[in-house]
Amino acid sequence: MSVTTASGIDVHPLDLRAMLKEAGITALVIFALAAALVGFETTDIPGGIGINTRFDDVAVVVALGFFGRIALILLRVHRPGPVLIGAPVLVVVMLVMLLAQSLFGPETGAAVQRFLPFQDPVVLWGLLFVTVVIGIRAYLSRRHIASEESAQAREERLDHFAAQVQHAARFLGPALLAFALLFPFLPAANRHLLDIAILVITYIMLGWGLNIVVGLAGLLDLGYVAFYAVGAYSFALLATYLDVSFWISLPFAGLMAALAGVILGFPVLRLRGDYLAIVTLGFGEMIRVILLNWYEFTGGPDGISGIPRPSFFGIAEFSRSSDNSFHDLFGLEYSSLQRIIFLYYLILAMAMVVNLFSMRIRKLPISRAWEALREDETACRSLGINPRNTKLTAFGIGAMFAGFAGSFFATRQGFISPESFTFIESAVILAIVVLGGFGSQIGVVVAAILLIGMPEFFRELQQYRMLAFGMAMVLIMLWRPAGLLAHREPTIRLFGRGKSLESKS
Amino acid sequence: MQNSFAYFVDQLINGLTLGSIYGLIAIGYTMVYGIIGMINFAHGEIFMIGSFVSIITFLILGMAGVTWVPLALLIVLIVAMLLTSIYGWTLERVAYRPLRGSPRLAALITAIGMSIFLQNYVQLLQGARNKPMQPVISGGVTVMQDQGYVVSLSYMQMIIIVVTVVLMAAFTLMITRTSLGRAQRACEQDRNMAALIGVNVDRTISLTFVVGAMLASVAGLMFLLYYGVIDFFIGFLAGIKAFTAAVLGGIGSLPGAMLGGLLIGLIEAFWSGYFTVEYKDVAAFSILVLVLVFRPSGLLGKPDIEKV
Amino acid sequence: MTAQAAAAGGAPDAEIPGGGAASITVEHLTMRFGGLIAIDDVSLQAATGRITAVIGPNGAGKTTVFNCLTGFYKPSVGRLILHHPRHDYLLERLEGYRTAQDAGVARTFQNIRLFPRMTVLENLIVAQHNKLMRASGYTVLGLFGFKGYRDAEAKAVELARYWLDRIHLTDKADWDAGNLPYGDQRRLEIARAMCTEPLLLCLDEPAAGLNPRESHELNSLLTYIRDQHKIGVLLIEHDMSVVMHISDHIIVLDYGRKISDGTPEQVRNDPAVIRAYLGDDEEGGGGPS
Repeated sequence: MSVTTASGIDVHPLDLRAMLKEAGITALVIFALAAALVGFETTDIPGGIGINTRFDDVAVVVALGFFGRIALILLRVHRPGPVLIGAPVLVVVMLVMLLAQSLFGPETGAAVQRFLPFQDPVVLWGLLFVTVVIGIRAYLSRRHIASEESAQAREERLDHFAAQVQHAARFLGPALLAFALLFPFLPAANRHLLDIAILVITYIMLGWGLNIVVGLAGLLDLGYVAFYAVGAYSFALLATYLDVSFWISLPFAGLMAALAGVILGFPVLRLRGDYLAIVTLGFGEMIRVILLNWYEFTGGPDGISGIPRPSFFGIAEFSRSSDNSFHDLFGLEYSSLQRIIFLYYLILAMAMVVNLFSMRIRKLPISRAWEALREDETACRSLGINPRNTKLTAFGIGAMFAGFAGSFFATRQGFISPESFTFIESAVILAIVVLGGFGSQIGVVVAAILLIGMPEFFRELQQYRMLAFGMAMVLIMLWRPAGLLAHREPTIRLFGRGKSLESKS
Repeated sequence: MQNSFAYFVDQLINGLTLGSIYGLIAIGYTMVYGIIGMINFAHGEIFMIGSFVSIITFLILGMAGVTWVPLALLIVLIVAMLLTSIYGWTLERVAYRPLRGSPRLAALITAIGMSIFLQNYVQLLQGARNKPMQPVISGGVTVMQDQGYVVSLSYMQMIIIVVTVVLMAAFTLMITRTSLGRAQRACEQDRNMAALIGVNVDRTISLTFVVGAMLASVAGLMFLLYYGVIDFFIGFLAGIKAFTAAVLGGIGSLPGAMLGGLLIGLIEAFWSGYFTVEYKDVAAFSILVLVLVFRPSGLLGKPDIEKV
Repeated sequence: MTAQAAAAGGAPDAEIPGGGAASITVEHLTMRFGGLIAIDDVSLQAATGRITAVIGPNGAGKTTVFNCLTGFYKPSVGRLILHHPRHDYLLERLEGYRTAQDAGVARTFQNIRLFPRMTVLENLIVAQHNKLMRASGYTVLGLFGFKGYRDAEAKAVELARYWLDRIHLTDKADWDAGNLPYGDQRRLEIARAMCTEPLLLCLDEPAAGLNPRESHELNSLLTYIRDQHKIGVLLIEHDMSVVMHISDHIIVLDYGRKISDGTPEQVRNDPAVIRAYLGDDEEGGGGPS
């Protein structure tokens, strides 16, 4: 049915009726999806709830679905012409309208912007982005690249890219670390930036920890935050009830978290993967419920406050007036920033320990067994590998690192409550690992900066954050199930790297 | 008071009501698991969407002046089933179908992603606050009285239990008697073989999601009527509990899902009635772990023989 | 060894057709799945340094015997005694993975089960897991880069290399196992099983899907394993050219029962076998390949 043109591109005949029918069905489905939830908004009114209508939004969404579908069909049959015209026009119109205030002055601009379908700029920019993507795809399909590529070829190309990134990380990593070490002394580094950096590094550490469990061992842990909570509470309770110092409680908190992981893992790790996922999900919720209700011990919803800050390795305190304060010890002026910088280095060091650990353990038999178990548990048993213990190790180690991160969190905040340990946190950490790519250390760094750092800078994005995370997880799994920057480098080679690449052809 | 028989009967009624709701959601989990072997994590969210569609429809009907309760209920039921089932259909079509045959982990993560997405989608569109609703059906009958403790069965509870029984009967008929049911059972046993003998596998799977979503939307409606308040987060816990119910009954088994739902409802009601309300969620979860450890095939499920 | 086998209740060695000391003794093995009896009171022995073939029509229960031997199923009735130099192991009492770890029973699968996204070499290293775990001080010492572990790893690579040379895959050592051609994957699976340094090697249809040349290569690999490594080799096979050429001892199952047990010569002429194969015995005669 297809015709090959002189340029060698297949041009499928365009069935206009079929196209309109398909687009019509899409529009209809979108209408049904949007009718209730988009079309009506429940609002709070005194003594109950009332309802607002948003029919214009429904109309816009349906129209977008209709034309978007037509554009995709046109791309599929290699007739990108109308899209090549339509997409740029739409982009220009939207850009002009979005920037109307600065282009035409506030008054005219506001008048123009009244014609915009949605009032929220984030949605509009998102729409603009999608239009640009479709436009680029149209352009590429004209030149016969992306759309005709087989799934395997695409996977190979992506894997190659990921391999290059990992290769680059060998030089980039130390450079990044050097930057991270110098960061607090850069002139731009203020309190706000340092706080964000500490947050991002905490998530990098959690991501690396979870990557051992999910990326290497292939165990989907949806309650990772529970171990984070165990670490945080162990630390907080030890420090406030028994007055144990940070440096002594830290290993203990990690141990408690690892123990929690082993106790949970022991009965359930022999189960199939999806059961494990839901049990860990339930476990995360259970820990939260217990923390919330065990008033005598955990303070319930009020949490634990007055958690001591870490000292300078037990030598000096970060306080203005103390017998042995940090600034006196080093003959510095007192500054509240000193403690923040110390916390920054502390989490950086902890994260680097996890990183080093992850890189080293890949060369050890335990990690190979994790990967082998992920590939084929039956075969592993036939080779005499104990599946349960091997998985437990991964689970326990992952939990331990979460526990360490948890105690850092507790000491940094000085206050913890169950609210900090909801499922959302687990989902965020999982999203970082998924986006970064299973087993990819550098991927986690990139993903954490993107997912945690970005919303901190652009506050408007905050409310769309989880929506975007959910969508990103789905899209990445559809596009590349191993994660964006996943590339598996063999843990051991018989020949050098070059030789194998050559023989692989 | 806790010692009286009446108190026990009261908890029994509460448990049966709650169990009906869990059972209806659990069927969705168990059917999807039976046919494509994955846990549809987003199913709890479908339930939540069902109750949001219901509350919105109630509000619209209220504005339109439909005040006769049976008619209003019927309209809400139909609208909720229709619109929610389209969510179920779209979910499968957009997120799960392209991943059929890819690693299990990928499908699981997609399901989690969809769950997070839908939760936040509803939160963004409808706000994060609780959505309370005036009770539509009030009143009830007194069942018994014992040592001054009055046990009443509200009309609401009656409706929930009756609707569940009717739906279950209709649903069992559908699975055992109709061609869709046959196709569904065929796909459950061997999807490739079913395709070879001319069963439209894609359509059957789609319909499974549609039916599951319909039952979940009914559960959503009943949840709304029973508790009178919903928010975007109700799908999370209800989802875990309904899944526990499905596992307890034996995942893949339809009567098992209903039985499991009732048991979880009863356990939760009695736990709250006799021990502490706070830890009722912990109880449900502990049961999940215990069942998985000691009887992974559940009460009515078939044991899984490993083929090597 | 003889005394042990006798003490364990096994038949004296001399009785094993094809000769050799007993490597495994199966007594009254019965396996039921619900109402179905997959294996019904089967007793057999396989000898060290010999190749023993288990043949039989489809559904005769061959793979089920293997699954019982290698710890994947727990037999309903019966004893499985592995004669280890240390002491005898009752396999039915060992937890699944321990049949390989302690008793030294290795196996391959009917549908190849490699680790497809790990390299050929890694597949062979994973097979030496338990040895390497000990060498790495259960990970703790390995993390700090102790020399003992590095030496152990080098030795493991040496062993892997030895088997790679035997199966002619040395060039492809760094390929992903999943990218190998089918025949190579079959041989790699055998090599991987051998890397566990087993006493008994169980092969589930190793020649399935191989072309005549590959099948011939397989024969020489199996005879090499028998002659050089002196371990027991137990194989399920449909390809009679393989069975008749290399087996020292053949056991025939049909409908879960043992119907014949002897040297290839004896089995070939056993009327019960001819009946079971419905006159397909010409195939049993084996063409001169």
